[in-house]
Amino acid sequence: MTKDELKEHITQFQPKAVFEETGEWLNVQVETGDWKPVAHWLRNGVLQMDYLFCLTCIHWPTAGKTPAAGNTADEGSGGIFMMVYHFTSTVFRHVLVVKVKLTSDHPEIETVSDIWRTAEFHEREVFDLFGVRFLHHPDLRRLVLTDDFEGHPLRKDFEDPVNMIKL
Amino acid sequence: MYRETQILNSNTIAPTTARDLAMDEAGAGLVINVGPQHPATHGVLHLVITLEGETIKKIEPHLGYIHRSIEKMCESLSYRQFIYVTSRMDYLSAHINNHGCVLCVEKGLQLEIPPRAQVIRVLMDELTRIASHELWWGAMAMDLGAFTPFFYAFRERETINDIMEETCGTRLTMNYMVPGGVMYDIHPNFQRRVKDFIQLFNSKIDEYDDLVTGNIIFQNRTKGIGVLSREDAISFGCTGPVGRASGVACDIRKLYPYEVYDKVNFDEIIETAGDSYARYLVRIKELRQSVRIIEQLIDNIPEGDFQAKTKAVLKLPKGEFYSRVETARGELGVYIVSEGGTTPYRIKFRSPGFSNLSALDHMSRGCKIGDLMAIMGTLDLVIPDIDR
Repeated sequence: MTKDELKEHITQFQPKAVFEETGEWLNVQVETGDWKPVAHWLRNGVLQMDYLFCLTCIHWPTAGKTPAAGNTADEGSGGIFMMVYHFTSTVFRHVLVVKVKLTSDHPEIETVSDIWRTAEFHEREVFDLFGVRFLHHPDLRRLVLTDDFEGHPLRKDFEDPVNMIKL
Repeated sequence: MYRETQILNSNTIAPTTARDLAMDEAGAGLVINVGPQHPATHGVLHLVITLEGETIKKIEPHLGYIHRSIEKMCESLSYRQFIYVTSRMDYLSAHINNHGCVLCVEKGLQLEIPPRAQVIRVLMDELTRIASHELWWGAMAMDLGAFTPFFYAFRERETINDIMEETCGTRLTMNYMVPGGVMYDIHPNFQRRVKDFIQLFNSKIDEYDDLVTGNIIFQNRTKGIGVLSREDAISFGCTGPVGRASGVACDIRKLYPYEVYDKVNFDEIIETAGDSYARYLVRIKELRQSVRIIEQLIDNIPEGDFQAKTKAVLKLPKGEFYSRVETARGELGVYIVSEGGTTPYRIKFRSPGFSNLSALDHMSRGCKIGDLMAIMGTLDLVIPDIDR
C-alpha cells in the first residue's frame, strides 16, 4: 500500500492519529491510552503488520525545547520518552513507523509481546536501558545488565563518572 | 548421584530422591545451567534450562556477559568513528555491519557512491558471508561430533582472510568501509586471488556435501529437531537463514536491494521444513549463491573512483534514518536519530541474533537436551551481536 492508502486506513480506525511524512516511511503518532487497540488492529486488521522489525526508545530530556520530538511547551520540564515501533507486513510489504510519547515521570506503556512475540525481548531491553515499564509484560526483568545495577544507561541524564569518558 | 546410590544400598524406600528435591525447588523440573563458559554456546551465553527427565521444558537465556553498550558509545563518536565500533558486534560479518552503518550515513547525507565502490563493497560482503558460513559449518559439525569438517572449513576460510588482509589490512575486523565508498582501492592481486579461490571453492562445497550433508548420522540428529513454523518465525522476528528455513522470504538483498544486488542474478534460498536440517541446507546453498554473485562481479569491477568526495567532518541533517542490510545471520537494521550535529543523538542496532535467540525457548521445548546442540548450532548465534 502507498503512504496515502496507509494514512486513509489509519485515520479511519484512529482519527486522532498524527502523521509525519518527512522521512523514508510514514510515521504515525498515537496516544499512550490508544496504543493497545491500535496495536491489535495493526496486526489483525487490514494492514496485517505481522513483522515488528525494530522496537526502541528515544529519550528527550529537554522536550518542549526540541521541536523534533513533535511536542509543544505543555509537556513540562520532565522530558519525554518516545517509543518507536517499526512494522512491516510480509503480505503487502509496506512499512509503518509508530511512535508513542511517554512522560518522563511515569514512563509506562502496555506491552505488545502478546501480539508480536519478538517484543518480549526488545521490551525487556528497553526496560533495562531506559527504565520504561511495560504493563502486563510476562517477564519484565533486566536483560543485559546485572539485577542490582542502578540507573538506566541509555537515558541522556545517566551519569557514571568511573566508566564513562566524556569526549 | 551419590545420594541415590546410598538410598539403593540401604534398601529402604527413599522419601525423596535428589532429583525430586531439585524438581521441588524449581517448581517442576531439574534446572541446569549451560554457560556462560561452555564450548557449545560459542561465546558467553548463559542458558538456564528446566528439564523433565531428558526433555527440555523451558530455556531462559541470560544475556549481557559481553554487553559494552555500543549504542551509548556511538552517541559520543562522530559519523566516521562509530562505524568501526560495529565491527565488534557481529565480528564474523564485520564488513556487513560496517556496510549497514555507511548506508545509513549516506542516506542522511544523500551521497552518490561511485559504481566501483559499490561493486567492491558487494564483493567484500559476499566473501565475508562465505567466511562466516564456513566457520559456522565447521563449528556446527564439531558440536555434533564430527571434528574433521572444522579443519576443512578453516582451510578455505584462511584463504579469504588472506585476501582480506591484502586489501583491507586486517583479517577479521576489516574497517574497510567509509561513508562515500571504501577506504583504499583493491590490491592489484585481489581479482586474481578471488578467482583462484572461487575455482577451488566450487569443488570444496561438493566435498562439504559429501562429508556432512548426506551423512545419515548428521541427518538423524537434525531432521525434525527444533521446528519453527512460518507464523512463529515472523512473530519472533527471525531473519536470515533461520527465517528462510521456515519459509519466510526475508532476504533484504532481494526485498530492498542496495548497491548492485538488483543487477546480479542470485536466488533467495527458501526451505519450508523449519527444522535444524532446513536451516543447515539454507546456509550451504547460500554459499553457492554467494559464489555466483562473486563470479558475476569479479571481472566487471568498473573503473573510476573508489570513494566519493566527502567533507572531513560529517553532519547529518536533523531527522531519522534507517538502513537495512543482510548480514550472514539475518537482517541488521541501523537506526540513526540525528539532531543535526556531528554525532548521532540516538543510534539503535537491530541485530539479527537478538531476535533469533528469542525464538530459542519456543523451538526447543519438547526436544531432548542433546538436541539443543543441533538447535543452537543451526541458529548460528554470535554473542557480541546479541549483547552489543
